[in-house]
Amino acid sequence: MTGPLDIGIEGIGVWSAQLPSWDAGRAILCGNVDNVAGAGTRPAPSLLAPTERRRAQEAVLIAIEVAQQACTMAARDPRELPNVFASAYGDLQINDYLCATLARDPKDMSPTKFHNSVHNAPAGYWSIATGCMASSTALSAGAATFGAGLLEAALLAHSESCPVLLAAYDIAAVGPLADIVPCRAAFAVALVLAPPSQRAMARLLLQCEHAAAELAPEADVLHASCRDNPAARSLPLLTCLARRTPGTQLLAAGPALNLRMEIMF
Amino acid sequence: MVAATSRIAAPRRTKLYWRIAFSCITRLLSRIPPLAITAFTATSAAGRGVDALALALAQRKSGLVENDFGPAPLACWIGQVPGLDDICLPAPLANWESRNNRLAWLGLNQDGFRARALAAIDRYGSARVALVLGTSTSSIGETERAYRELDADGHMNAFQRTNRAHQTHALGAFVQEALGINGPCVTIATACSSSAKVFASAERLLRSGLADAAIVGGVDSLCGSVLFGFNSLQLVSPQPCRPFDVERNGLSLGEAAGFALLESITVDKTASRLIGYGESADAHHMSAPHPQGLGAQRALQDALARAAITPADVDYINLHGTASRQNDEVEAALIARTFPATTLASSTKGWSGHTLGAAGIVEAVVALLAIERGLVPGTLNAQVLDPACGPQIKIDNQERNVRVALSNSFGFGGNNCCVAFAAADA
Repeated sequence: MTGPLDIGIEGIGVWSAQLPSWDAGRAILCGNVDNVAGAGTRPAPSLLAPTERRRAQEAVLIAIEVAQQACTMAARDPRELPNVFASAYGDLQINDYLCATLARDPKDMSPTKFHNSVHNAPAGYWSIATGCMASSTALSAGAATFGAGLLEAALLAHSESCPVLLAAYDIAAVGPLADIVPCRAAFAVALVLAPPSQRAMARLLLQCEHAAAELAPEADVLHASCRDNPAARSLPLLTCLARRTPGTQLLAAGPALNLRMEIMF
Repeated sequence: MVAATSRIAAPRRTKLYWRIAFSCITRLLSRIPPLAITAFTATSAAGRGVDALALALAQRKSGLVENDFGPAPLACWIGQVPGLDDICLPAPLANWESRNNRLAWLGLNQDGFRARALAAIDRYGSARVALVLGTSTSSIGETERAYRELDADGHMNAFQRTNRAHQTHALGAFVQEALGINGPCVTIATACSSSAKVFASAERLLRSGLADAAIVGGVDSLCGSVLFGFNSLQLVSPQPCRPFDVERNGLSLGEAAGFALLESITVDKTASRLIGYGESADAHHMSAPHPQGLGAQRALQDALARAAITPADVDYINLHGTASRQNDEVEAALIARTFPATTLASSTKGWSGHTLGAAGIVEAVVALLAIERGLVPGTLNAQVLDPACGPQIKIDNQERNVRVALSNSFGFGGNNCCVAFAAADA
């Protein structure tokens, strides 16, 4: 890159069994408390009608929850934001259902489950829930999915000169998939990224580095259960944002590619 | 993107001269610098490599065959790539085993594409080449196989536990390892628009200076999930698909791999160019298009704006044209109300079937062949066009000097992408 990519963070959302929201989770990330109210419950994003909320698959629910948190904090209309949804494994529950059904009785497949199996299902439900017709992307980059998603969203914000929503999520592997997919607990994170302005609560200078480098240490709060969730790679950054401590971190964006992130307030 | 919203909403509120002025300004503001497409290839049921594809198009020879895929094949037609079962991945890549990656490997080795890609990696350095690939289901066919071969305790067998293919990024990671790329690498998975959107992501990477060249493409392969899944939605035709035909009754599924190499136009001034793209969402339904095609229209208008061209500049459009009742009706109406009668349009899914996440790249290659060889394919298998079709949509092939060509790709989740290409001197 010719110079670092200069990006503002306007909004943050987070959801895991330990971190039910950015507002509540910040105290944990700051190390002030061990647990907070609402922890361990299923998220209930108000964007979805109660029946949709009950029906929604976990991957869709947690992605929409964090996306809504981040847009609310940024005071941005979700309808206006191009969005990037990043997930390493997609909907592991539905993939387990599809593969088990095909092995048992292929003609028994549920049409709803099939169309919900696409990797961009959360992105699709987000656009339907918000009425957002802007560009919408769903991507995957294995263990480096959060870093690759951050790069994609930052480039979009930079090249289109507009705020962009990034949501990264993965859920726990179920059934035989658990033999090959290490993800053991759900984790979702969202950021509203935009060209730097007064609205930003923090600023990131992003640069690509190609030498193998040491990554940021895992945050204290990185519970063992979500260590292998690619979306939880965001925790060192989230911790820094919660504590408002400027610093530099490295984030994997590929097997031989790191993002050097200078975090400023 | 915010400007694009206003562009769509504006006509209701403003007078003509403001609309014209506004459209000129947004067109100039959103124009992207063109990129050279210095190599491209496609492998589908219509043939291995671009010469085989061009021949099949010219001879109107469909690649669709009666379905014999899997243990209990549905009564339908498929666009299967022959010989995939005989392909072996090179030994160092054996732990990426899947039909999808075998198809990726076969596709990489057509038209000398792998050599061209390796030469670019050598020239720019492996860290300065980006890889952006699209797929819908990636290697899920291999996961399906693993579920059929579970051990007595219901667990994956020893081979599948070491197989790394059971993830969406199996495609991007496999090709990255196969070519030795160290630049940005991502797998886009937005269903049937996936390998159209790769052009947009790659263009942003190159414009930002994060890479000097980008390899884009897409691979999707036949598997139980898509055959039985589309069947459960009652979208699969029992006959070979007939896009835009008044009696069309569903799609034929296919598989394909395609790749393209994007570089600065200073590298090759004679190469065809990527001149624009538009991306949008329908915000309507997971598996049905917006009834007025507003999402598709937005992607199309965005592509025209980025290319700084008008509908009259477009010589050929490769349509999404799946042969589903709804898609074709909505897309035909969009083309009829947007383009003059001089623009030619067709769906080539009668040749290849609907190759899902690979449709974007395969049909981009058809658009590039139209530009470079003057071969404008018609719509194979259509006999009587739906009354919704305007004069643009053609059944028969034509020979025409094509300077600007578009390719439409629309996917589940209401995900739309339109890509614009042009001849070097356009």
